[in-house]
Amino acid sequence: MKALAARRHDRRAPALLLLLALLLVGAVYAVVAPSSAQAATKTATADDIAAGEKLFQANCSTCHGPSAAGTDSAPSLIGVGAAAVDFQVGTGRMPMQMSGPQAQAKPVQFTDEQIAQLAAYVASLGAGPSIPTSEMVDPALGDSASGMALFRTNCAMCHNAIGAGGALSQGKFAPNLWGTTPTHLYEAMLTGPQSMPVFNDANLTPEEKRDIIAFIDEQGNGSPGGLDLGSLGPVSEGLWAWVVGLGLLLGLSVWIGAKSS
Amino acid sequence: MSTPHDSHQELSVSGGQAQPPARFENPGLHEHKPRQADVDPRVTKRVERQVLLLLTLSILGTIAVVWAYFALPPGDTVGSMRLSNLVLGVGLAVCLLGIGIGGNYYIKLLMSNREYVEERHEIRSSDETREIAVQMLKDGGEDSGLTRRGAIIGAGVTALALFPLSLLVPLIGNVGEDWNVRKFKHTIWKKGTRLATDPTGRPIKASDVTIGDVWHVIPESLEDLHEGKLDEKAKAVVLLVRLDPRDLKSDQSPEGETWSHDGIVAYSKICTHVGCPVALYEQQTHHLLCPCHQSTFDVADSCKVVFGPAKRPLPQLPITVDDEGYLVAQGDFAEPIGPSFWERATK
Repeated sequence: MKALAARRHDRRAPALLLLLALLLVGAVYAVVAPSSAQAATKTATADDIAAGEKLFQANCSTCHGPSAAGTDSAPSLIGVGAAAVDFQVGTGRMPMQMSGPQAQAKPVQFTDEQIAQLAAYVASLGAGPSIPTSEMVDPALGDSASGMALFRTNCAMCHNAIGAGGALSQGKFAPNLWGTTPTHLYEAMLTGPQSMPVFNDANLTPEEKRDIIAFIDEQGNGSPGGLDLGSLGPVSEGLWAWVVGLGLLLGLSVWIGAKSS
Repeated sequence: MSTPHDSHQELSVSGGQAQPPARFENPGLHEHKPRQADVDPRVTKRVERQVLLLLTLSILGTIAVVWAYFALPPGDTVGSMRLSNLVLGVGLAVCLLGIGIGGNYYIKLLMSNREYVEERHEIRSSDETREIAVQMLKDGGEDSGLTRRGAIIGAGVTALALFPLSLLVPLIGNVGEDWNVRKFKHTIWKKGTRLATDPTGRPIKASDVTIGDVWHVIPESLEDLHEGKLDEKAKAVVLLVRLDPRDLKSDQSPEGETWSHDGIVAYSKICTHVGCPVALYEQQTHHLLCPCHQSTFDVADSCKVVFGPAKRPLPQLPITVDDEGYLVAQGDFAEPIGPSFWERATK
């Protein structure tokens, strides 16, 4: 202790102390900080809401109105909840790049922190579904067999039997689900973005939603039968059979019949 | 002045030339051109090697298939199934294409391609031969003794004529099997049957259905069935949607009744075109699409057809709530669900 006390005037002491302090803060943060999803729902402070409002005014109010009550060109956001914001902004669908049949996913425009602030602001406007915790969307905790039965009944008609996506009317489409994060899948079921209907917690319970996420997660392992041609069914398979398959057969027949030189 | 005259002449001349000659000259065979492999021994050697290579590849392909069958079983993982299928498929392709392409290559490039002419003889035989043939048939008939035994001929012809019935009767008899068309006209929905979620079978409370929701519904009584469950489910499935009552233009109930409950409407999921499950619901337009032939129904306006080959709106299930707040049917559908069938109109 004496040796330590004797060295406290060493000119390297402040730097060492600073390093120790930083390490301590980091360690405490790692232990205490909740997962990011919880952070978004639980730690929405007045500052976040204020920052979110600023972001909203700058980026969203043109269409959704200065008080988020909606305009002729965009719906009201009062009561849509943090989950809807996290899905729409977190997948890049909002802010919308251009008008069209539906808002398309594109590179995300905001940082996670900004998305959390926007979500906090919109959630403060009216009660709505909040962002699920990471445990609620963990595919490893879901039952993919039960998920398959639920997916077949509720989702497969639009999103295809294994979630490869499909066409709707007039240029709209149900997107492929394989690249969507579990949190965004959960939020989409909960909030029903755009053409998609809502599946509230009475319709599909949180456990059933997690089962569906587990089923979609299973589809990422590839197809056992070789080339899946996009898993789109008769369209891509027919194109392959008629154009490539028949073309090869015709080419071979011409070759067999041609005179050689 | 002279130009039209000239052209008229040309026309008449070419018209005259268009007459075919009475007889064509036989153009004979094309002049035989030797191939490279016929004249250049180096090319011959090269083609021989190529054919040998293709046939050897085929042999290796067969060996690969047999080896893969034992060494690479499909196993339990997607990866091992892919590998097994890949090696079997590529091996089979190499084995068959090697024989096919190698054989064709040999025939096209190495085998003699000189044309030979074989004159055709007259199709009609000489009168003498024809007479002998007819006489042989007559003698044979006489020899068999059948010409004198009419009863046996009659029985034989009848046996042959009747034989196809042994195949046709069971075949046609099995078509349809069940001719009770009344089954098409009714489902297991009854007054007071609770609406339950498909496939989990939880009864649905009206207060749980929010605007923009879509619920896939089965009758709760389906659970109690012991046989024919799938048949009954196929007829009874329903799609439940809650609309803002301001968006709901009408439902199919007769005047003075209401078949919806506070904006909640339930329609049969079986398309009136050919019976596919109609379930692609677009929340914003309230349109319901059939995945098979793109028939589109407007849920906000009694499920009338707005596009596609379907001719009738989807039948509506009359619903209300019971004392505990659960959604229940007021009764069966008022009309048969699904596509048209014979005797659909007769009650």
